[in-house]
Formats: sequence, C-alpha cells, structure tokens
Amino acid sequence: MSQPAAHIAQGIAQGIAGGIDCDVHPAIPGMAALLPYLDPYWQEQVAVRGIDGLDLSSFPPQMAAHGRADWRDKGEKPGTSLARLRADALDGFGTQLAICNPLYGVLAIYNEHFAAALARAINAWLAAEWLDRESRLRGSITVATQNPELAVDEIERCATDPRFVQVLLLNQGDTPLGNRRFWPIYAAAERHGLSIGIHAGSIFRHATTSNGWPSYHLEDYAAHAQSFQSNLLSLVHEGAFTRHPGLIFVMIESGFTWLPTFLWRANKTWRGVRAEVPWVDRPPSEYIRDHVRFTLQPTDAPPTGADMARLLAMIGRDNMLLFSTDYPHWQFDGDNVWPDGFSNALKRRVLRDNPMNAYPRLKEALQ
Amino acid sequence: MPRHVVAPVADIPPGTRKIVTIRGREIGIFNLAGEFFALLNRCPHQGAELCRGTLVGLATSPEPGVFELSRRGEMLKCPWHGWEYDIRTGQSWCDPNDTKVRAYPVTVEPGETLAKGPFVAETFPVAVEQDYVVVDV
Repeated sequence: MSQPAAHIAQGIAQGIAGGIDCDVHPAIPGMAALLPYLDPYWQEQVAVRGIDGLDLSSFPPQMAAHGRADWRDKGEKPGTSLARLRADALDGFGTQLAICNPLYGVLAIYNEHFAAALARAINAWLAAEWLDRESRLRGSITVATQNPELAVDEIERCATDPRFVQVLLLNQGDTPLGNRRFWPIYAAAERHGLSIGIHAGSIFRHATTSNGWPSYHLEDYAAHAQSFQSNLLSLVHEGAFTRHPGLIFVMIESGFTWLPTFLWRANKTWRGVRAEVPWVDRPPSEYIRDHVRFTLQPTDAPPTGADMARLLAMIGRDNMLLFSTDYPHWQFDGDNVWPDGFSNALKRRVLRDNPMNAYPRLKEALQ
Repeated sequence: MPRHVVAPVADIPPGTRKIVTIRGREIGIFNLAGEFFALLNRCPHQGAELCRGTLVGLATSPEPGVFELSRRGEMLKCPWHGWEYDIRTGQSWCDPNDTKVRAYPVTVEPGETLAKGPFVAETFPVAVEQDYVVVDV
C-alpha cells in the first residue's frame, strides 16, 4: 500500500485516524447473493429447497442494535452497502484498513457438506464483492468447524489470497474451542500466518449459559462474556497455546473489562490444581497475555475514565486491545468510539501497532 | 545458629516425615530416600501447616496430552490451597522466585560426635551407637 494521505498521516500522529478497524460487518443480503458462488449442485439445492435467511438469531438484523440509525437505509439489511461502509466506517473514522467479519449461519448447519459449500461461497463473495472493490478491506475466512478437515481445505484455498488475514470462528458452538478437534484448523492458520478470530454469537445448539436456557435476549447477550471466558480456559488448559506458540487469537465483541478478575481466578485455580494439565507450565494469565487480543467495541466501561485507567493497568499489557467499530452495529453514538480513560499513547497503539502485531498478514500491506 | 538433634535416623524412615518443635518453631523433617530436609511448617501463602500436606511427585509434560511424573514423593502439596513445594529447596513450583518456604540445613551425625557437642539435644537421650538427624535453626 502507498503512503497514507496527508490527513491520515496527521491523524495517525494524533492517534485519531489511520487506524486498523478489526471488526466491520459486511452483511450477506441473502442466499440469492451467494448463488453465483455456489457450485451447480448447491445452487439447485438452495433453490429447490428454498433455503434462505441463515442469519444467526443471536443478533438478528431486524433488531435496533444491528444497525445504528444513521448507518442504516430503510428497508435494507444494515451492512449490505459497500458505499455506506466506505463512507461511514472507512472515511468516517479515517480508517486505513478494516477487517471484514461476515456472519452467516454456516456453523449452525448440521449438514457439514452444505456448511463447507456455504463457507466457500461466503469467502468467494467477500473477495469478489468487497475486497476486490475496496483496497482498504481485508477478510476473515469463514470455515465450517463441523468438519475440521473441510475447514482446513477452505483455509488452504483462501490462504493463497493475502487479503485474508484471519480464520473466523463463533464463540458458542458445540464444543469448547480449545478441544483437540479444532487443532488442525489452528495448525493451518499458524502455517499461513493467519490469526484466529472468535466472534460473539451462538448456534443455539446448546444453552447459551452454562446454567441452562435463559428467558430473555439480554441474558444471552450479557452471558457472552461468560462463554468467552470458557473458551479462553479451554484454549489454555487443553494446551492449544502450548501447541501453537506462534498463533494469536482475537476475541471479537467479547468485551475486555472482565479480564482482570478472570485472570486472577484462572491463576489462583491453576496454582492449586495445575497437575491436571502439566503442559500448562506458566500461569494462565501469561498465555492469555501472550496469545489473546480483544477488540475495542463493544466496551463495557466502568463509570469513570479514572476507573478505566486503573482497569487497563490491571490488564497489565498495552498490546492486547485492537481498534474496532463493530460497524454497522450500534455500540456507541457519533464518532465516540473511544471510551473515557484511554491515553493518546494507548490510542495510537490500539489503532495501529496492536492490530499489526495481532495480524501478521497486515504488516505487508502497511510497509 | 544452634544445631538441634531432633530424632534418631531410624525414627524417620525413607518416604516419611516428622514434625518437631525447635525454639518455638514447628519444623517438618523429611526423609527422601535417605536424604533429610527440613522445612518450616508454615505455608508462605496463608500460613497453613504445610508440612502436613500430601507428598506427591512432580507432574510435567513435554506436550499437551503427554503426562510425566518424576521425583515421586519429593513435592509437598499444601493442605489448604494445593500449592506445590519442592522439598529439596522449599521453592514453590508455580512461583519459584517469589514464593519459598523457609528451609533449614539438616545433617546426619553419629551419636559418638554428638556426645562431644556443641549440640542442643531434644527430649531424648543420645546413644553413641546410633545416627541422629540434626537441624540448624
């Protein structure tokens, strides 16, 4: 990529622009948009069986939070317009690069062959309709984790395109994500310099809380932090980080202000019963600080900026947060993407340095 | 540092321990296959009676899913929170630099030597024909 324009360069210096937005959501309008990217068999199956509307119900498009009022067009699914994404998310925040995380029901499909065909179509659609048309966009590889072999095939296929920078997984699937079943996916990602993104969302195959099914959406939503914690515990203690020392995992829309108490609890428990998992030979917090990153939005901020500054100090590293707007989802108003309590020096890191270090494939683009 | 005669060697066979009180301190004496070690009976974490904890081996692993156990009986697991300490050094396995239980030098001395002093014998008579465990406190 060429040198950034003068106003971007100035923004970078001030820590207010030139950022790498690590979570934007181009939306799949529906199956019709994917048909050209499916092979003839699945084209016909989708048409004959009337398959459509595979949006994940953990964050349905019709709810208000799915699209900020000033980022949605009447009658359109939020996030379907490249022109709007350019204007709102890229130009709007002076963003230099943005990573696209399309969410569609691939992981919720029981037929792993159809899931793999759909993942392949989504990746081809993303490359052709978004990455080819806007050089500031980068992609996440959608994979069908129902069958890791098929997922690895898809990673191998997409990895030849350097614009794909991560493999995208969903937070609430049917197995904790540290499980060995997923390791071939992690090995393939590591081999190709791809990071692993774990995005909030559920396939609703199991209860969305470990206590069983809640009654209300808000319970689902708030409980996501809990299941991110479960995945982190799984990744540490199953040994996924030990086995893949070069791999970065990005928690997307997980929140991060719960980290200090979670890390204290994980460390305390490890000290008492670490013989269960002797390959974990350092405190869990060290693995998490070395291997895991968190996107900025949504932030569950404490009451004051001073509280946030204390909390960031407790998190203990300034390389763990990655700038994100979660466009077009409604996490903040106006251009108020920064919670109170972030110093300008930290903003600069979060905007650019941290994303570049979290995604090895971005470095080339920004040299 | 006075040297205290704490027990005849035969009283603490290999794989066992004895907790003694020396100058008001409870100290655990451990026999690891004929070598003796002494640790303060107080966990540096929150003060539990560490030396009454379970004796375990050292669990390690070269890679996930591979379990290895070495140094059987040479680690002491605190009865309160399960922290493991190396009986040979007093170091916490999880935090060897900052968490350490006080360790005391131990020797085995023949009764003949002890008779000459300067030792503080505890509440038992020293016989010249036996060996004794001696702790520097």
